[in-house]
Amino acid sequence: MNLRKLTGVAVAAVLALPMFASHANAYELVIPTLDYRTGPYAPNGIPLANAYSDYINLLNERDGGIEGVKIKHVDCETGYNTKKGVECYENIKNTAPSRALAIQPFSTGITYQLIPKSAVDEIPIFSMGYGRTSAANGKVFPWVFNFPATYWSQATALVQYIADQEGGMASLKGKKIYLVYHNSAYGKEPIRTLEALAEKYGFEYRGLPVDHPGQEQKATWLQIRKERPDWVLMWGWGVMNQVAIKEAASIRFPMDRFIGVWWSGSENDVLPAGEAADGYLSGAFHAAGGDFALHDDIRKYVYDKGMGAGDRDRIGEVLYNRGLVAVMWTVEAIRNAMKIHGTKEVTPAMVRDGFESLEVDEARLAELGLKDFTYGIKITCENHEGPGRVAVQQWDAKAKKWSMVSKFYEPLREITAPLIEADSMAYAKENNVTPRTCS
Amino acid sequence: MAFDLFLLEVVISGLMTGVMYSLVALGFVLIFKASGVFNFAQGVLALFAALALYDFLAEDGWFFAVFGFTLPVWLAIPATALIMIFLAWVIERAVLRFLVKQEEIILFMATIGLAFVLEGLGDLLFGSDVKPLDIGIPQGASDLLLDNFNLYVEKLEIVAAATAAVLVTALAIFFQKTRVGRALRAVADDHQAALSVGISLNKIWVIVWSVSGIVALVAGIMWGSKSGVQFSLSLIALKALPVLILGGFTSVPGAIVGGLIIGVGEKLAEVYVGPLVGGAIENWFAYVLALGFLLFRPQGLFGERIIERV
Repeated sequence: MNLRKLTGVAVAAVLALPMFASHANAYELVIPTLDYRTGPYAPNGIPLANAYSDYINLLNERDGGIEGVKIKHVDCETGYNTKKGVECYENIKNTAPSRALAIQPFSTGITYQLIPKSAVDEIPIFSMGYGRTSAANGKVFPWVFNFPATYWSQATALVQYIADQEGGMASLKGKKIYLVYHNSAYGKEPIRTLEALAEKYGFEYRGLPVDHPGQEQKATWLQIRKERPDWVLMWGWGVMNQVAIKEAASIRFPMDRFIGVWWSGSENDVLPAGEAADGYLSGAFHAAGGDFALHDDIRKYVYDKGMGAGDRDRIGEVLYNRGLVAVMWTVEAIRNAMKIHGTKEVTPAMVRDGFESLEVDEARLAELGLKDFTYGIKITCENHEGPGRVAVQQWDAKAKKWSMVSKFYEPLREITAPLIEADSMAYAKENNVTPRTCS
Repeated sequence: MAFDLFLLEVVISGLMTGVMYSLVALGFVLIFKASGVFNFAQGVLALFAALALYDFLAEDGWFFAVFGFTLPVWLAIPATALIMIFLAWVIERAVLRFLVKQEEIILFMATIGLAFVLEGLGDLLFGSDVKPLDIGIPQGASDLLLDNFNLYVEKLEIVAAATAAVLVTALAIFFQKTRVGRALRAVADDHQAALSVGISLNKIWVIVWSVSGIVALVAGIMWGSKSGVQFSLSLIALKALPVLILGGFTSVPGAIVGGLIIGVGEKLAEVYVGPLVGGAIENWFAYVLALGFLLFRPQGLFGERIIERV
């Protein structure tokens, strides 16, 4: 080989290098998770995190990612601590190559801190069924999505369920409905809705706060025993739920008149109470159980290959399914962003657009292996909450199984809409946010 | 329900809850009494003990995975006690013996590190799931009292009170009547003097951490039966602090009486004052109560009087 040929080969090799390099650094979709596998709330954080991880592994293994683009899963441990959660967000938000496409904080406290940051960093926050309720107003919170329902919608749904048991909304007059709540931003969320409902329907409302972590609640339940409310609602989390259910059983409060928020209705909450938890109720927006086609795929493509994040026999528990539905909707938003922007190399801003025009109907749910798992959703510029429908599920202690015992209630928008408007506008004023128009 | 009966219920519940706090506080007292060290890891020791006990009893634990059977409760409890004794030995070998001549604050810092290590180890070995602990302690309200007198008292807490009584009696006998107990008291009074008469400080530390570990096991059983064994159990140490401030860091009876006062005080405050100020005051009210006592008796109700002569 003479010198000229050698030079030619060398030049060709240098010119070809970027092609190989670009192949090696193929675009990946960064989906981060703020997990809490440690600390006092770990029992609840683990199934949520496992589901996220399993679904991402499933898509990468079965479909080569989303529309053939691999997903890069980045997790960060928060310990359910707001300060650590913000640190995690700062550490992962610019993860290459796509940056964080959407953040799921899995904590109302962390969500509150990230709301102003998300608008500056232009990263969508998906606080699925938690966080700041008034973020449902997309005109004020363009970067935050809290579908399929908010705490305020849930409060109206649970009161409707109570009314159905009592004989109609008019029968609520004179009834006593108490709220036992985690003394935190999260636990306080439903208070103003319940106050508005109490005023409108004439029932007596009283809130009983329980301090973190909620291991000792004797004084709370003694007051309930003394005042004998007709119904008790609970906005609890972690050990608070287990202790509350046991205490309620101890004072012989009827379990079928004790309703937890959807974060107080998992196997973790009822199993420690054993038989005493039989009949306990909670809100729900998706089914429990691991018999859906998606679960079968997760077993086949993830667990059979030894890539499962948790125990195989815990697939289908309530909080696992909660994590699954959260990541499914996130992925569908990314898929939608690809479609509307005509590129597979989507950015967080594009994914925000994907969230804002997201529609996952029953037919799509069936395609995803989640037929009858939850209801269809449609998100718009104005409404980031979506349908806001909530059902009630009941625990069968013998069968160790949750079952839906009500229809999905539509939220009482005449109650929640003015509250959302007032709260979001107050936020806009405090933070100099000019609400956008959505026409 | 008549008002006075409700008041009685609040007071009884406060007393019973106070006993539960005392069970945790006792572990602190034992170590502080013998070594002057405030053991930050006491809450985690209770958690670790409960995790280990659950492991012996459950089919999803290590023990079952290795041996293919679970232990009956009567065997699982002593087996866990042995684990706690072994842990005490490891703590002495790996941590304390290197810090013999250090300031007490250094030992305190070491126990903070120990707390995090044990919590991490517990997570690694046993997992973070909620573990329902059922060793046969009756749960729920006492039917006898509720049906006949409309009085609500938890069966678990009655068992806890009886257990605490047995525990305190056993500890009193151990400290007053046994040779080892007298050696512990000698070390508590004066390390140097105790060393000069041939008492081995290292041996004493293993013993006192072992006893404290067994007390932690009792606390872990009671709290674990109440709420399931989970990592928030380590936070019960926070409930023991006002008990210690009030009862004194060096007194076993102080831990009991302090627990009772804190238990009743916080329950009365929550029920009668809480509604006026928005509720959830019992946690910090316990500290207010303890600090109030501190102003008048800095050494606590039963603590040794601090006399410093210049």
